[in-house]
This record gives sequence, C-alpha cells and structure tokens, in this order.
Amino acid sequence: MGKILSVYGPLLLTAMGQTLLLALYGLFFACIIGMIVGIMSVLKNRACRIFALIFVNLIRGVPMIVLAYFIYFGIPYFWNTVLQIGGLTLSALQAGTICLALNCGAYMAEIIRAGIEAVDVGQMEAARSLGLPYWRSMHRVVLPQAIRTMIPSIINQFIITLKDTSILSVIGFPELVNTAKNVVSKTFMSFQTWAIVAFMYLVVILILQQAAKLIERRLKRGRRSL
Amino acid sequence: MDGEAYKKVKISVQHLKKNYGPLEVIRDVSVDVLEGEVVCIIGPSGSGKSTFLRCLNQLEERTSGTIWINGQNITSHTVNINMVRREIGMVFQHFNLFNNMNVLRNLMLAPVDLKIATKDDARQTALRMLERVGLSDKADAYPDQLSGGQKQRVAIARALCMKPQIMLFDEPTSALDPEMVGEVLQVMRELAADGMTMVVVTHEMRFAHEVADRVLFMDDGQFLEEGDPETIFGNPQNPRLQDFLKKVL
Repeated sequence: MGKILSVYGPLLLTAMGQTLLLALYGLFFACIIGMIVGIMSVLKNRACRIFALIFVNLIRGVPMIVLAYFIYFGIPYFWNTVLQIGGLTLSALQAGTICLALNCGAYMAEIIRAGIEAVDVGQMEAARSLGLPYWRSMHRVVLPQAIRTMIPSIINQFIITLKDTSILSVIGFPELVNTAKNVVSKTFMSFQTWAIVAFMYLVVILILQQAAKLIERRLKRGRRSL
Repeated sequence: MDGEAYKKVKISVQHLKKNYGPLEVIRDVSVDVLEGEVVCIIGPSGSGKSTFLRCLNQLEERTSGTIWINGQNITSHTVNINMVRREIGMVFQHFNLFNNMNVLRNLMLAPVDLKIATKDDARQTALRMLERVGLSDKADAYPDQLSGGQKQRVAIARALCMKPQIMLFDEPTSALDPEMVGEVLQVMRELAADGMTMVVVTHEMRFAHEVADRVLFMDDGQFLEEGDPETIFGNPQNPRLQDFLKKVL
C-alpha cells in the first residue's frame, strides 16, 4: 500500500481532481436544466408540461452508461457519418459533462417540481390577489419556500452525481476509477488500490454530507416556519 | 341608465357561469354591488359562494358571463388582470400569509415590488395598517409566531396596504378558534364603517345581520334570495333559505 501511495498517490489525487471537476461541470448544468424543466412541469402550458414529462421519463428510463456511450460514440457517429455533416468530436470531458447534466438534471427537475408543489397554493393565490404577476409571485414567494424544502434532496442528488462520475470511466475520461484501473493493471495490487480509491470517495462524500448537515441546521435555525 | 347611479356600481356581474368539466358550480348569476356597500353571501357548503367570490378577481376563470369592476370589463382579453387586482383586496380562509417573510415584509412586498410606493412610504403605510388592526407590536414577527386571529388581521392589513377600492372576504373566520372570531369581525366592522365596498362570504350570521347592507343566499350555484338582513333573517321566503336558517341559527 505504501508503494502505491508513494508512486501513484499524486496520480490518484490528480484523478480525484478530475472527478471533482467533471462533477462540478455536470452539476452546474444539471442545476440549470433541473430548474428550467422543473418549473416547466408546474406551468399551466400543456406543451411545457408534456416536454418536461417526456424529458424526465426518458432520461430516468435509460441507464447512465447507455447514455454515456450514446453521447460519446453515437451522436458524433450520427452527425459525421450518417448525416455526413462532419467535424463533430466530443472530448471525454464534454461528453461526460453532457451526460451528467442530463442525468442529474432530470432528477433535479423532479426534486424542484416536488418542492414547488409542496408549497401551499394559497401562497401563490395570495400573491396574485395583490396584483403581483405570476413570475414575480414565483420568484418572491413560492420559490424561496420551495428551495428550503428542496435543499436536503438536492445535496443528496449532488452526492449521487459525484459517485456517478465513476460510470464515465467507460468513455475514457481520466477520473478516479479509470486511473485506478490503470494503476491496477500496472501493479496488480488490486486490493490496495481499490481500498485507497474507496477511501478517497468516502472522504469527499463525508465532507459533502457534513456541509449538507450544516446548511440544513442553518435553514432550520433561520426560520422555523416550514 | 342614470349616469350618477351608474358611476356608483363598483362590481357588476352579468350572467356569470362557471363549470368544472360537466359540473355547473355557478349557474347564470347576475348581481351588482354599489360603492360602499357591504354584501354578505351566505349559503350551505359547496353551494358555489367561494367560487363566485374568486371569480370576481379572476383567481377562478369564469366559463362565461361578464364581470365589470369600476366600469371596466375585466373578463375581456385585453385587460391586464394584475392591474385590476391591485384595486381588489382579498382575504382568505387560511390567511395565506407569506411564510418566508415577517409581518412587515408581508405588508410591504406588493407595494414595493410593483413600484407603487417607495420603501419608506410602504413601510409607513404598513405600520399604519398594522396599527389599524391592532398589531403594531407584531411587525417583526413571522407568521408562525402569530395566532389565527392575528394572522387574519395581518392578512387584512396586507390587503389594505394596496389601498384597494373593494375588499373580498372568503370565509375569513371559518378557520379560527371561536375566541378569535370576534377580533377579526371587529376589524371588518370598522372597515365597513369607513365606507369600504365589501363582499363577504361568511357563516357568521350575526355579523351578516348586523353589518351587511344586503344579504345574498346562494344555493346550488344560484342566488335564490337577496334582500336586506332584516328581511332575509326575519322573513325568509325561499324554502331552501328557511331550511338553511333553521339549521344554522
């Protein structure tokens, strides 16, 4: 174990950095997608709701590994060879980011939808009755209350997404699992290597969980009303 | 129509209908409310009273018919309903105070956000309205720190901060503990005395009797009888009204 740490430790740390980078990119876009699709699913407009429904069910119904292969290999092939437009190459980081953003975005959309629906309709009605337009009411009254109930689920989803980055080792992105595989194939010390990798994930996720607890406690102390 | 009299009609509802799918909740209702008039709507649960009230500020979309507020047809497509709602305060059965804000911010939100008043002006108005409903000491409290009666008085103050010309009350005391009903009715009584045009859906027959200029009895989506409180409560004609009063009085 000492040998692995001394020789490959820096490499694994770099890989952990890549994992976090990928997760960060993915989560950033997932938040945007989740917010847009989540709000679409509570709108009156039927087309918006149907789009949101299809998106969420499509993404949730496809395993992420399939999605990853599809985006990394399938889409460039379709674009360059079938449509003969050419010139599309996705780096593993780009494909991985898209994949995570779509996957996590769909789950985030569901969390956001549920959060908004959990706010009593009377809150929206009261705001509208005062003459506030729909989006102002959403922004000032409904969303602040919804977000408070959503935060634990969102952080949970962050953790899941962080772990899901390991799936993207299949498209060759040099994140932690992929790098660990290489280390194992060179050293044959699979027990030690995977134990180190597991420990690294564990540490990062425990830190995230502690942060989550802190935020939750803060919110509870801030207002008891919900 | 006499021009002078026409000006005084604050709310005019003509042939209002509201269906939920095949269910007819409001069946062809027409009624006028004059300036400064206090109209109480009574009737059994599920008769359409609340739906009718909620049509008046379009929280409920009507199926057909016309509603005029201050001489403006608010059921027309060209009307900006948000502007109309500024003129119509509404008080709900379940208060619906904004849980994420303290009392003062509840009162200031709409005037400031809609740029009707500056922050300072809105704060002054808010504090004056709180004083009016007897809750000056609660400006910094959050909704969950208030009793039901206090919440409802804050809700009334919040509506008044928009300086509305009309106030709608949707069973304002139905969710209150009995000992808190009085304080809310007292505020409403004062509001009526100040000349506010009010439409009140209520189960408080004594309040209706004492404060209303006119009482409407609704059953099965229609106004079956209307008149001054003395007649409605003293000499009801419609058998359904007689039956209803026997049960509630």
